[in-house]
Amino acid sequence: MNVAEKPVIAPESLIGQRIQKKDAPEKAAGKTRYIQDMIVPGVLHAKILRSSRVHAKIKSIDTSAAKALPGVHVVLTAADVPDQQPIGVARDHLPLKGERVRSLRDEIAAVAADSEEIAEAALRLIRVEYEDLPIVATPEDAIKPGAPLIHPVPLAADGQPKALPPKTPIAFAGKPDNIAMRFDYTHGDVAQAEAESDVVVEDTFQLHYVTHCCMGVSGVIAEFDASGNLLMYSNTQVPFLHKREFAEYLNIDPSRVRIIQPPIGGGFGSKLDIYPFEVICIFLARAAKRPVKMVFTREEEFLASPTRQPVLLTLRSGCKKDGTLTFRQVHTLHDNGAYTSWGATTPFVMMQTFSSLYRVPACDYHTTVVYTNNPYAGSFRGYGNLQATFAIEQHMDMLAEKIGMDPLNFRIKNAQDAGEVTGQGMSFKSCGFKECLTTAAERSDYRKKHADNLANRDAPGPVKRGIGMASMLHVGGGAKIYPSDGCGTILKLDDFANVTLITGASEIGQGSETVLSQLVCEELGLPISAVTVVNNDTAITPWDVGVHASRTTFIAGNSAIGAARKAKAKILAAAAKKHGCDEAMLDLRGGFVVVAETGEPVVELARLMRNLHFSDKAELVMTTFYYEPPSVHQDKGFKGDVSAAYAWATQVVEVEVDTDTGIVKMTKVTGTHDVGRVLNRLGLEGQIEGGVVMGQGYALTENLIVENGVTRNPNFRDYKLVTAPEIPEMDITFVESMDGEGPQGAKGVGEAPSICIAAAAANAIYNATGVRIFGLPFTPEAVYRALRGKAEKPNWQAWKSA
Amino acid sequence: MSLKHDIEFTLNGVTKRLTVDVTMNALDMLRDVVGLTGTKYGCGEGECGACTVRVDGETRNSCLMFAVDLDGRDIVTIEGLAADPKADALRDAFVEHGAVQCGFCTPGMVMQAAHILDTNPDADANAIKRGLEGNLCRCTGYKKIVDAVESACCGGR
Ligand code: FES
Ligand code: FES
Repeated sequence: MNVAEKPVIAPESLIGQRIQKKDAPEKAAGKTRYIQDMIVPGVLHAKILRSSRVHAKIKSIDTSAAKALPGVHVVLTAADVPDQQPIGVARDHLPLKGERVRSLRDEIAAVAADSEEIAEAALRLIRVEYEDLPIVATPEDAIKPGAPLIHPVPLAADGQPKALPPKTPIAFAGKPDNIAMRFDYTHGDVAQAEAESDVVVEDTFQLHYVTHCCMGVSGVIAEFDASGNLLMYSNTQVPFLHKREFAEYLNIDPSRVRIIQPPIGGGFGSKLDIYPFEVICIFLARAAKRPVKMVFTREEEFLASPTRQPVLLTLRSGCKKDGTLTFRQVHTLHDNGAYTSWGATTPFVMMQTFSSLYRVPACDYHTTVVYTNNPYAGSFRGYGNLQATFAIEQHMDMLAEKIGMDPLNFRIKNAQDAGEVTGQGMSFKSCGFKECLTTAAERSDYRKKHADNLANRDAPGPVKRGIGMASMLHVGGGAKIYPSDGCGTILKLDDFANVTLITGASEIGQGSETVLSQLVCEELGLPISAVTVVNNDTAITPWDVGVHASRTTFIAGNSAIGAARKAKAKILAAAAKKHGCDEAMLDLRGGFVVVAETGEPVVELARLMRNLHFSDKAELVMTTFYYEPPSVHQDKGFKGDVSAAYAWATQVVEVEVDTDTGIVKMTKVTGTHDVGRVLNRLGLEGQIEGGVVMGQGYALTENLIVENGVTRNPNFRDYKLVTAPEIPEMDITFVESMDGEGPQGAKGVGEAPSICIAAAAANAIYNATGVRIFGLPFTPEAVYRALRGKAEKPNWQAWKSA
Repeated sequence: MSLKHDIEFTLNGVTKRLTVDVTMNALDMLRDVVGLTGTKYGCGEGECGACTVRVDGETRNSCLMFAVDLDGRDIVTIEGLAADPKADALRDAFVEHGAVQCGFCTPGMVMQAAHILDTNPDADANAIKRGLEGNLCRCTGYKKIVDAVESACCGGR
């Protein structure tokens, strides 16, 4: 269009709009190719033989019949990969197990064959001889004196511990006890604070196993080129960390590892670690000299993917008569399972909730993470915060009741404000906590319903109504755990003013492509459709630490804005020079350079791009930006401002409890989230609603039953996800606290919505029935028993002394 | 040696003749033999709905059918539905209402939603929820999916 015929362009903002997800049309047409759908020429199909014993020595493995089966290319056991390196946070996990299996999921052998059917047939031909060992089925058992050891120290011929070089990983050096990790944190003087308390409560809470249930099962494709470079098609949430670690395991230069992420069928934290199947697939590809693809069955997904960590937690809390919180003391016992993954490190997040959700002068937090023969726990949306919040928010209600104070007022009195620096060193630059509390309470009519339900507890009829609230604090500006918590962006504009946004941040369905495009378009005055996002190839994209800790909108968003602003500055300077005006007076709108004040178009952006490109100076607009948040690493005592911003939320849950059957129906959730600022309202609502329902599943229906190391319900028939008819009415609102560091003021929110639901549901059940339930999930059976005084009380004394 | 069987059926309006292993399920046949990967594997046990296709006008879990069961029948997959202009409004509704996140459940959801629209064009939110009961979604919390289908219902009115 000619500038002369273009009318003035008024400023328009994309922020807060409902922006459609860029990849939605493809997905809704069934055209998106996930890893399961990918075909690589010459690919072989792999399957893993897993242990049939919970804890045993492997006496022998015979793969000869499997190897002889037509169509089988490679069969591998630990003996075939003597150079394999241990994986995991604690380096205690060898991908292929040669001497000992420690859980039912343990990988013993793997086959690459012409088809999945042949690979499966080959697995059935592998003979393994075991010698059973005593099973450590619970964390309480694991810390008993004389408990069987999960990773015993290897002995030399003389019966003494083998002499090994220092820093030998646990996978080789073992551990003299079953303690995987310990976490100890303190601020203030707890003993004195307790002495000053008018009321003290102590309870033990029991949190169960659940698992991610991504609808797309796990999968990977590995192949080597003729020069030995590794290409992986992977669902990982942390491609750059994986690139480095795989290189380490293979003893090759990291630059020779390339990771491409096809669209991912759900993440939720499940794809944060390196898992044995990925390493094994690489081994198979190396041995077969062919691409190898491995995709789980749903049963395998249940058995061999990580879980949320089961936790036994004792909380002691106190307050004064006027409602001032005095102290908290926390002991937790975490079931690590047989190996250490990120689940072991959830205390990082849990202690933040105890120390800093409310103002509390003294806090003492201790976690012991212990090895058992159970499936091992990984990272899962919320990262320990569901467990911590379950305990703390029940105690908030209990303390309030003891001192005869309204539970909402009690919370408001102790809630954090902006400007606060907590005992743990977290600095709340933006904080809409109190507004979350009051908004959610008002919108749900919490006070009145709470009182009415209390009054109606003894009314006739089996169905009782209850209302309960819970709040949460979670990192909302990344989390400085790795040496860098940053993300890089490369931005380029073509001759037609279309933008290619090359970002390190991965899309796992949460909508990062869309929100990043939105932030770039906000700067450049372009429609979202002008942006192509490239975000899934480590050979192209700049570094990013990964999709976790609700960090992508914040960190990658700031990075994208940084690159866009540089591009904008370059464009405006060029326009000013060419058209003889002051660049400070110019702006970008609707695909034009305009005079900011009047909106009068100066030049069409596409034309300016071509002028720049095909001029004597021959320039393209290409910019880069790396954003590192101003957060700090915690010190050894876990103190430090670990995130650049913190997110807050209050959720009010309403339930109907059928006291005849124990069935709890979640009828309504009123949620108010301090998100800093609403960017893409559509995407944000989707994150919150999905998280709420995931929290509902955690509270009411989901339960991975592990008995004596055996997962009893590895299928969707017996592991109950919430279905469409069961969802509650949802009233979701946002507090915009405009974080100074956040992209356009926004904070991360991906994990937040799941965190409060179980805690609020517990308070709602109490409000309805007068019965407090300390363990999850609230299945009809558990509730029925609890209502009749038959709840199984977690036994804390049994292990407190350890 | 596994037994093979010749079958002939209509797939997205086109006659298809194939020789399949008698033990092969319809989902694997569609994905691996025919190469239409829009239909997803989520569980293989009839519990998730990711594999939903239309067989003689009814939605079915293709993972629970043998490929040979399709002999002589009329099959529509998400690829067929996506090519049908009548289904554009439904797909647009999914996009507009934010009913898609990771998208893995989406083809099955869209197939089932189309079936709800066909059989009960006046379906209200509760009827839609019941209609989608067999389709699991881990990302969205279902609300926006229900909204999308509801708007397509009303849009068609
Ligand atoms: S794959 Fe068929 S219902 Fe799940
Ligand atoms: S959108 Fe991910 S499972 Fe439904």
